[in-house]
Amino acid sequence: MSQGPEPRPDVILCPGGPMLLRGDHVVQDADGVGHATTRPVSAVCRCLRSATSPWCDGTHKLLPPEQRPA
Amino acid sequence: MTSNGDFSSGHPRPTRRAPSGERPEAFRGRPPGYLSHVLTPKPRGRLSEAVIDHLVDRAPLPADPLEVLDHDEDLQLALWTVYELAYRGFDDVDDAMEWDPDLLRVRRDLEQVFEAELRARCTQPETDDVVTALFDIAESDDGPSLAHHVQRKATKEQVLQLLRMRSVYHLKEADPTTWTLPRLTGRARAALVELQYDEFGAGRPDRVHQDLFARGLQACGIDPASRRLVDEAPVQVLRQNNALSLFGLHRRLRGASLGHLAAFEATSSVPSRRMARGIQRLGLPQEMADYYLEHVEADAIHEQLAIREICAPLVEGEPHLAGDVLLGAAVCVALEADLAEHLLEEWSA
Repeated sequence: MSQGPEPRPDVILCPGGPMLLRGDHVVQDADGVGHATTRPVSAVCRCLRSATSPWCDGTHKLLPPEQRPA
Repeated sequence: MTSNGDFSSGHPRPTRRAPSGERPEAFRGRPPGYLSHVLTPKPRGRLSEAVIDHLVDRAPLPADPLEVLDHDEDLQLALWTVYELAYRGFDDVDDAMEWDPDLLRVRRDLEQVFEAELRARCTQPETDDVVTALFDIAESDDGPSLAHHVQRKATKEQVLQLLRMRSVYHLKEADPTTWTLPRLTGRARAALVELQYDEFGAGRPDRVHQDLFARGLQACGIDPASRRLVDEAPVQVLRQNNALSLFGLHRRLRGASLGHLAAFEATSSVPSRRMARGIQRLGLPQEMADYYLEHVEADAIHEQLAIREICAPLVEGEPHLAGDVLLGAAVCVALEADLAEHLLEEWSA
Protein backbone atom coordinates (compact mmCIF):
# COMPACT_ATOMS: atom_id res chain seq x y z
CA MET A 1 0.00 0.00 0.00
CA SER A 2 1.30 3.44 -0.85
CA GLN A 3 2.05 5.81 1.98
CA GLY A 4 0.61 9.29 2.32
CA PRO A 5 -1.98 11.15 0.30
CA GLU A 6 -1.74 11.46 -3.48
CA PRO A 7 -0.05 14.67 -4.66
CA ARG A 8 -2.28 17.69 -5.11
CA PRO A 9 -3.00 18.62 -8.73
CA ASP A 10 -1.64 21.99 -9.92
CA VAL A 11 -3.91 22.15 -12.95
CA ILE A 12 -7.54 21.09 -12.73
CA LEU A 13 -9.80 20.88 -15.77
CA CYS A 14 -13.32 21.52 -14.49
CA PRO A 15 -15.96 19.75 -16.62
CA GLY A 16 -18.25 22.41 -18.10
CA GLY A 17 -16.14 25.18 -16.58
CA PRO A 18 -12.69 26.74 -16.39
CA MET A 19 -9.19 25.39 -15.87
CA LEU A 20 -7.88 26.00 -12.36
CA LEU A 21 -4.21 26.91 -12.01
CA ARG A 22 -2.46 26.77 -8.69
CA GLY A 23 0.50 29.07 -8.10
CA ASP A 24 2.13 31.85 -10.10
CA HIS A 25 1.89 31.72 -13.88
CA VAL A 26 1.77 34.00 -16.90
CA VAL A 27 -1.07 33.08 -19.23
CA GLN A 28 -0.60 34.23 -22.83
CA ASP A 29 -3.88 35.05 -24.58
CA ALA A 30 -4.78 34.56 -28.25
CA ASP A 31 -3.31 37.97 -29.11
CA GLY A 32 0.02 37.07 -27.56
CA VAL A 33 -0.48 39.25 -24.49
CA GLY A 34 0.74 37.81 -21.20
CA HIS A 35 -1.44 37.97 -18.08
CA ALA A 36 0.17 37.22 -14.71
CA THR A 37 -1.86 35.39 -12.08
CA THR A 38 -2.48 37.39 -8.89
CA ARG A 39 -4.22 34.83 -6.67
CA PRO A 40 -3.28 31.59 -4.92
CA VAL A 41 -5.55 29.79 -7.41
CA SER A 42 -6.71 31.22 -10.73
CA ALA A 43 -9.43 30.10 -13.15
CA VAL A 44 -8.66 30.31 -16.88
CA CYS A 45 -11.70 30.65 -19.17
CA ARG A 46 -12.35 27.66 -21.41
CA CYS A 47 -15.70 28.66 -22.91
CA LEU A 48 -14.04 31.61 -24.70
CA ARG A 49 -16.90 33.93 -23.76
CA SER A 50 -15.56 35.50 -20.59
CA ALA A 51 -15.66 39.30 -20.39
CA THR A 52 -12.51 39.19 -18.24
CA SER A 53 -10.54 36.89 -20.54
CA PRO A 54 -8.25 35.04 -20.02
CA TRP A 55 -9.84 34.61 -16.58
CA CYS A 56 -13.18 32.89 -15.97
CA ASP A 57 -16.09 35.17 -15.03
CA GLY A 58 -18.74 32.48 -14.71
CA THR A 59 -20.23 33.14 -18.17
CA HIS A 60 -20.12 29.41 -19.03
CA LYS A 61 -23.06 28.96 -16.68
CA LEU A 62 -25.24 31.06 -18.95
CA LEU A 63 -24.56 28.71 -21.88
CA PRO A 64 -26.67 25.64 -22.62
CA PRO A 65 -24.89 22.56 -21.23
CA GLU A 66 -23.90 21.28 -24.70
CA GLN A 67 -22.04 24.53 -25.44
CA ARG A 68 -19.99 24.42 -22.25
CA PRO A 69 -16.39 23.17 -22.38
CA ALA A 70 -15.99 19.42 -22.08
CA MET B 1 -42.40 44.98 7.69
CA THR B 2 -43.47 45.73 11.20
CA SER B 3 -40.09 44.60 12.29
CA ASN B 4 -38.93 46.88 15.01
CA GLY B 5 -39.13 50.34 16.36
CA ASP B 6 -42.20 50.42 18.56
CA PHE B 7 -41.67 47.34 20.61
CA SER B 8 -39.32 48.66 23.20
CA SER B 9 -41.24 51.88 23.74
CA GLY B 10 -43.72 50.13 26.04
CA HIS B 11 -40.92 48.49 27.99
CA PRO B 12 -38.59 51.07 29.44
CA ARG B 13 -35.15 49.54 29.64
CA PRO B 14 -32.79 51.34 31.97
CA THR B 15 -29.57 50.07 30.49
CA ARG B 16 -26.02 51.26 30.23
CA ARG B 17 -26.20 51.73 26.51
CA ALA B 18 -25.93 55.12 24.91
CA PRO B 19 -29.40 56.67 24.77
CA SER B 20 -29.09 57.67 21.14
CA GLY B 21 -28.40 54.09 20.10
CA GLU B 22 -25.49 55.28 18.01
CA ARG B 23 -21.80 54.91 18.71
CA PRO B 24 -20.21 57.01 21.37
CA GLU B 25 -17.85 59.58 19.89
CA ALA B 26 -14.83 57.70 21.19
CA PHE B 27 -15.53 54.77 18.85
CA ARG B 28 -15.63 56.81 15.68
CA GLY B 29 -12.70 56.65 13.34
CA ARG B 30 -11.94 52.98 13.83
CA PRO B 31 -10.57 51.26 10.75
CA PRO B 32 -13.23 49.87 8.41
CA GLY B 33 -14.54 46.49 9.38
CA TYR B 34 -12.89 46.61 12.78
CA LEU B 35 -16.21 46.47 14.57
CA SER B 36 -19.40 46.39 12.62
CA HIS B 37 -21.96 46.41 15.40
CA VAL B 38 -20.77 48.18 18.46
CA LEU B 39 -23.98 48.32 20.46
CA THR B 40 -26.61 45.67 21.02
CA PRO B 41 -29.53 45.86 18.59
CA LYS B 42 -33.08 46.97 19.33
CA PRO B 43 -35.21 44.06 20.58
CA ARG B 44 -37.97 42.77 18.32
CA GLY B 45 -40.00 40.83 20.87
CA ARG B 46 -40.02 39.54 24.44
CA LEU B 47 -37.32 36.93 23.96
CA SER B 48 -34.82 39.16 22.18
CA GLU B 49 -35.47 41.80 24.83
CA ALA B 50 -34.79 39.27 27.61
CA VAL B 51 -31.57 38.16 25.92
CA ILE B 52 -30.32 41.71 25.41
CA ASP B 53 -31.25 42.68 28.98
CA HIS B 54 -29.32 39.67 30.21
CA LEU B 55 -26.31 40.63 28.13
CA VAL B 56 -26.26 44.26 29.15
CA ASP B 57 -27.62 44.15 32.72
CA ARG B 58 -27.44 40.48 33.70
CA ALA B 59 -31.22 40.38 34.05
CA PRO B 60 -32.30 36.74 34.56
CA LEU B 61 -33.24 34.79 31.46
CA PRO B 62 -36.58 32.98 31.19
CA ALA B 63 -36.45 29.32 32.26
CA ASP B 64 -38.03 28.30 28.96
CA PRO B 65 -37.09 30.79 26.26
CA LEU B 66 -39.63 29.35 23.85
CA GLU B 67 -42.45 30.33 26.25
CA VAL B 68 -41.70 34.03 25.79
CA LEU B 69 -40.95 33.74 22.10
CA ASP B 70 -43.18 36.12 20.16
CA HIS B 71 -42.43 35.12 16.57
CA ASP B 72 -39.63 33.96 14.29
CA GLU B 73 -38.21 37.46 14.00
CA ASP B 74 -37.87 37.57 17.79
CA LEU B 75 -36.06 34.21 17.73
CA GLN B 76 -33.78 35.21 14.89
CA LEU B 77 -32.72 38.49 16.48
CA ALA B 78 -32.12 36.78 19.85
CA LEU B 79 -30.02 34.12 18.15
CA TRP B 80 -28.18 36.67 16.00
CA THR B 81 -27.30 38.70 19.09
CA VAL B 82 -25.95 35.67 20.95
CA TYR B 83 -23.93 34.58 17.91
CA GLU B 84 -22.44 38.03 17.48
CA LEU B 85 -20.60 37.55 20.78
CA ALA B 86 -18.45 34.95 18.98
CA TYR B 87 -17.49 37.44 16.24
CA ARG B 88 -17.05 41.00 17.39
CA GLY B 89 -19.11 41.40 20.51
CA PHE B 90 -20.77 44.64 21.58
CA ASP B 91 -19.39 47.66 23.33
CA ASP B 92 -22.19 47.51 25.90
CA VAL B 93 -21.63 43.81 26.74
CA ASP B 94 -18.87 42.15 28.76
CA ASP B 95 -16.84 39.91 26.41
CA ALA B 96 -17.03 37.10 29.00
CA MET B 97 -20.77 36.74 28.26
CA GLU B 98 -19.86 34.76 25.13
CA TRP B 99 -19.58 31.66 27.33
CA ASP B 100 -22.32 32.49 29.85
CA PRO B 101 -23.97 29.13 30.61
CA ASP B 102 -27.51 30.56 30.79
CA LEU B 103 -27.04 32.16 27.41
CA LEU B 104 -25.64 28.96 25.91
CA ARG B 105 -28.73 27.10 27.15
CA VAL B 106 -30.98 29.61 25.40
CA ARG B 107 -28.85 29.46 22.28
CA ARG B 108 -29.18 25.68 22.15
CA ASP B 109 -32.97 25.85 22.48
CA LEU B 110 -33.23 28.41 19.67
CA GLU B 111 -30.78 26.53 17.46
CA GLN B 112 -32.83 23.34 17.81
CA VAL B 113 -35.95 25.14 16.55
CA PHE B 114 -34.09 26.76 13.65
CA GLU B 115 -32.17 23.66 12.60
CA ALA B 116 -35.30 21.49 12.66
CA GLU B 117 -37.07 24.00 10.44
CA LEU B 118 -34.18 24.14 7.96
CA ARG B 119 -33.94 20.36 7.82
CA ALA B 120 -37.68 19.97 7.28
CA ARG B 121 -37.59 22.43 4.41
CA CYS B 122 -34.23 21.81 2.71
CA THR B 123 -33.20 18.17 3.16
CA GLN B 124 -32.20 16.78 -0.25
CA PRO B 125 -32.54 13.32 -1.79
CA GLU B 126 -29.52 11.04 -1.34
CA THR B 127 -27.00 10.86 -4.16
CA ASP B 128 -23.63 9.33 -4.95
CA ASP B 129 -22.57 12.36 -6.98
CA VAL B 130 -22.21 15.30 -4.63
CA VAL B 131 -20.40 17.47 -7.22
CA THR B 132 -23.26 17.30 -9.73
CA ALA B 133 -25.86 17.67 -6.99
CA LEU B 134 -24.17 20.85 -5.70
CA PHE B 135 -24.01 22.44 -9.15
CA ASP B 136 -27.66 21.44 -9.69
CA ILE B 137 -28.75 23.04 -6.41
CA ALA B 138 -26.91 26.24 -7.30
CA GLU B 139 -28.48 26.31 -10.76
CA SER B 140 -31.92 25.55 -9.33
CA ASP B 141 -31.80 29.09 -7.98
CA ASP B 142 -34.18 30.30 -10.70
CA GLY B 143 -36.44 32.54 -8.64
CA PRO B 144 -36.57 36.32 -8.94
CA SER B 145 -33.05 37.71 -8.64
CA LEU B 146 -32.07 40.79 -6.69
CA ALA B 147 -28.98 41.20 -8.87
CA HIS B 148 -31.12 41.26 -12.04
CA HIS B 149 -33.30 43.96 -10.53
CA VAL B 150 -30.26 45.98 -9.45
CA GLN B 151 -28.68 45.71 -12.88
CA ARG B 152 -31.68 46.97 -14.83
CA LYS B 153 -34.39 48.61 -12.76
CA ALA B 154 -33.57 49.36 -9.14
CA THR B 155 -33.56 52.92 -7.87
CA LYS B 156 -30.58 54.32 -6.03
CA GLU B 157 -32.52 54.15 -2.75
CA GLN B 158 -33.32 50.47 -3.32
CA VAL B 159 -29.69 49.62 -4.03
CA LEU B 160 -28.51 51.49 -0.94
CA GLN B 161 -31.14 49.66 1.11
CA LEU B 162 -29.90 46.33 -0.26
CA LEU B 163 -26.26 47.23 0.45
CA ARG B 164 -27.14 48.06 4.05
CA MET B 165 -28.80 44.65 4.36
CA ARG B 166 -25.90 42.85 2.72
CA SER B 167 -23.57 44.50 5.23
CA VAL B 168 -24.84 42.16 7.96
CA TYR B 169 -22.98 39.36 6.21
CA HIS B 170 -20.41 41.08 4.02
CA LEU B 171 -18.78 42.86 6.97
CA LYS B 172 -17.97 39.41 8.35
CA GLU B 173 -17.62 37.75 4.98
CA ALA B 174 -15.92 34.35 5.18
CA ASP B 175 -15.69 34.51 8.98
CA PRO B 176 -18.37 31.89 9.76
CA THR B 177 -16.76 29.33 7.42
CA THR B 178 -13.43 29.84 9.15
CA TRP B 179 -14.87 28.14 12.26
CA THR B 180 -15.07 24.96 10.18
CA LEU B 181 -11.38 24.84 9.35
CA PRO B 182 -10.03 22.95 12.40
CA ARG B 183 -12.77 20.34 11.93
CA LEU B 184 -11.34 19.18 8.59
CA THR B 185 -8.41 17.08 7.51
CA GLY B 186 -6.23 16.58 4.45
CA ARG B 187 -7.26 17.85 1.05
CA ALA B 188 -10.48 19.59 2.15
CA ARG B 189 -8.63 21.47 4.87
CA ALA B 190 -5.80 22.57 2.57
CA ALA B 191 -8.23 23.74 -0.13
CA LEU B 192 -10.39 25.64 2.36
CA VAL B 193 -7.30 27.50 3.53
CA GLU B 194 -6.49 28.30 -0.11
CA LEU B 195 -9.97 29.72 -0.63
CA GLN B 196 -10.05 31.62 2.64
CA TYR B 197 -6.58 33.04 2.00
CA ASP B 198 -8.03 34.72 -1.09
CA GLU B 199 -11.09 35.94 0.89
CA PHE B 200 -8.78 37.50 3.45
CA GLY B 201 -6.70 39.33 0.85
CA ALA B 202 -3.96 36.75 0.10
CA GLY B 203 -1.63 38.51 2.52
CA ARG B 204 -2.64 42.01 1.38
CA PRO B 205 -4.66 43.91 3.99
CA ASP B 206 -6.04 46.24 1.30
CA ARG B 207 -7.65 43.25 -0.47
CA VAL B 208 -9.53 41.72 2.50
CA HIS B 209 -13.03 41.26 1.11
CA GLN B 210 -14.91 42.44 4.20
CA ASP B 211 -12.83 45.63 4.25
CA LEU B 212 -13.47 46.20 0.53
CA PHE B 213 -17.17 46.15 1.39
CA ALA B 214 -16.67 48.49 4.37
CA ARG B 215 -14.84 50.95 2.10
CA GLY B 216 -17.63 50.69 -0.47
CA LEU B 217 -20.21 51.45 2.22
CA GLN B 218 -18.25 54.45 3.44
CA ALA B 219 -17.95 55.76 -0.12
CA CYS B 220 -21.76 55.49 -0.33
CA GLY B 221 -22.08 57.54 2.86
CA ILE B 222 -23.05 54.56 5.03
CA ASP B 223 -21.27 54.07 8.36
CA PRO B 224 -20.17 50.42 8.47
CA ALA B 225 -20.21 50.48 12.28
CA SER B 226 -23.75 51.78 12.66
CA ARG B 227 -26.09 49.70 14.78
CA ARG B 228 -28.87 50.72 12.42
CA LEU B 229 -27.59 48.28 9.81
CA VAL B 230 -28.76 45.40 11.99
CA ASP B 231 -31.82 47.21 13.33
CA GLU B 232 -33.06 47.70 9.76
CA ALA B 233 -32.26 44.20 8.58
CA PRO B 234 -35.41 42.19 7.87
CA VAL B 235 -35.81 38.75 9.38
CA GLN B 236 -34.74 37.14 6.09
CA VAL B 237 -31.28 38.68 6.46
CA LEU B 238 -30.99 37.55 10.08
CA ARG B 239 -31.97 34.03 9.03
CA GLN B 240 -29.24 33.97 6.36
CA ASN B 241 -26.68 35.17 8.87
CA ASN B 242 -27.80 32.78 11.59
CA ALA B 243 -27.71 29.76 9.28
CA LEU B 244 -24.05 30.51 8.54
CA SER B 245 -23.20 30.84 12.22
CA LEU B 246 -25.17 27.72 13.16
CA PHE B 247 -23.33 25.66 10.54
CA GLY B 248 -19.97 27.25 11.27
CA LEU B 249 -19.96 27.03 15.05
CA HIS B 250 -20.96 23.36 15.36
CA ARG B 251 -18.38 20.77 14.39
CA ARG B 252 -21.31 18.38 13.89
CA LEU B 253 -22.55 20.62 11.07
CA ARG B 254 -19.24 20.97 9.19
CA GLY B 255 -20.81 19.35 6.13
CA ALA B 256 -23.62 21.93 6.03
CA SER B 257 -21.10 24.74 6.51
CA LEU B 258 -19.12 23.66 3.46
CA GLY B 259 -22.21 22.90 1.37
CA HIS B 260 -23.42 26.41 2.14
CA LEU B 261 -20.05 27.80 1.09
CA ALA B 262 -20.23 25.88 -2.20
CA ALA B 263 -23.71 27.15 -3.08
CA PHE B 264 -22.88 30.69 -1.99
CA GLU B 265 -19.81 30.82 -4.23
CA ALA B 266 -21.60 29.08 -7.10
CA THR B 267 -24.38 31.68 -7.09
CA SER B 268 -22.12 34.71 -6.79
CA SER B 269 -20.00 35.31 -9.88
CA VAL B 270 -22.63 36.23 -12.48
CA PRO B 271 -24.88 38.09 -9.97
CA SER B 272 -21.83 40.07 -8.79
CA ARG B 273 -21.30 41.34 -12.32
CA ARG B 274 -24.96 42.37 -12.48
CA MET B 275 -24.62 44.17 -9.13
CA ALA B 276 -21.53 46.04 -10.36
CA ARG B 277 -23.33 47.09 -13.55
CA GLY B 278 -26.35 48.33 -11.59
CA ILE B 279 -24.14 50.27 -9.19
CA GLN B 280 -22.34 51.88 -12.14
CA ARG B 281 -25.65 52.56 -13.96
CA LEU B 282 -26.87 54.54 -10.95
CA GLY B 283 -23.62 56.47 -10.56
CA LEU B 284 -22.93 55.04 -7.11
CA PRO B 285 -19.27 55.09 -5.99
CA GLN B 286 -16.79 52.96 -7.90
CA GLU B 287 -15.45 51.54 -4.61
CA MET B 288 -18.72 49.66 -4.22
CA ALA B 289 -18.70 48.46 -7.82
CA ASP B 290 -15.10 47.30 -7.24
CA TYR B 291 -16.20 45.09 -4.37
CA TYR B 292 -18.58 43.25 -6.70
CA LEU B 293 -16.12 43.19 -9.62
CA GLU B 294 -13.60 41.49 -7.33
CA HIS B 295 -16.20 38.78 -6.71
CA VAL B 296 -16.88 38.15 -10.40
CA GLU B 297 -13.40 36.68 -10.79
CA ALA B 298 -12.79 35.43 -7.24
CA ASP B 299 -16.03 33.50 -6.94
CA ALA B 300 -15.67 31.90 -10.37
CA ILE B 301 -12.57 30.27 -8.83
CA HIS B 302 -14.02 29.71 -5.38
CA GLU B 303 -17.07 27.80 -6.64
CA GLN B 304 -14.86 25.26 -8.36
CA LEU B 305 -12.58 24.97 -5.34
CA ALA B 306 -15.49 24.73 -2.90
CA ILE B 307 -17.31 22.02 -4.83
CA ARG B 308 -14.46 19.99 -6.32
CA GLU B 309 -11.61 20.47 -3.88
CA ILE B 310 -13.43 20.97 -0.56
CA CYS B 311 -16.87 19.31 -0.55
CA ALA B 312 -15.95 16.35 -2.76
CA PRO B 313 -12.91 15.27 -0.68
CA LEU B 314 -14.86 15.91 2.54
CA VAL B 315 -17.59 13.50 1.46
CA GLU B 316 -15.03 11.03 0.12
CA GLY B 317 -13.45 10.89 3.57
CA GLU B 318 -16.69 11.15 5.56
CA PRO B 319 -19.52 9.80 3.38
CA HIS B 320 -22.08 10.24 6.16
CA LEU B 321 -21.75 14.02 5.73
CA ALA B 322 -23.12 14.01 2.15
CA GLY B 323 -26.66 14.77 3.29
CA ASP B 324 -25.55 17.76 5.36
CA VAL B 325 -23.41 19.13 2.51
CA LEU B 326 -26.47 19.19 0.26
CA LEU B 327 -28.62 20.54 3.10
CA GLY B 328 -26.25 23.48 3.58
CA ALA B 329 -26.30 24.24 -0.14
CA ALA B 330 -30.10 24.09 -0.32
CA VAL B 331 -30.42 26.34 2.75
CA CYS B 332 -28.17 28.93 1.12
CA VAL B 333 -30.32 29.02 -2.02
CA ALA B 334 -33.65 28.95 -0.15
CA LEU B 335 -32.82 31.75 2.28
CA GLU B 336 -31.56 34.01 -0.52
CA ALA B 337 -34.77 33.31 -2.44
CA ASP B 338 -36.76 34.33 0.65
CA LEU B 339 -34.96 37.67 0.82
CA ALA B 340 -35.36 38.29 -2.92
CA GLU B 341 -39.07 37.54 -2.75
CA HIS B 342 -39.54 39.81 0.25
CA LEU B 343 -37.63 42.76 -1.18
CA LEU B 344 -38.96 42.55 -4.73
CA GLU B 345 -42.49 42.43 -3.35
CA GLU B 346 -41.81 45.44 -1.12
CA TRP B 347 -40.30 47.36 -4.03
CA SER B 348 -43.11 46.55 -6.44
CA ALA B 349 -45.78 47.79 -4.01
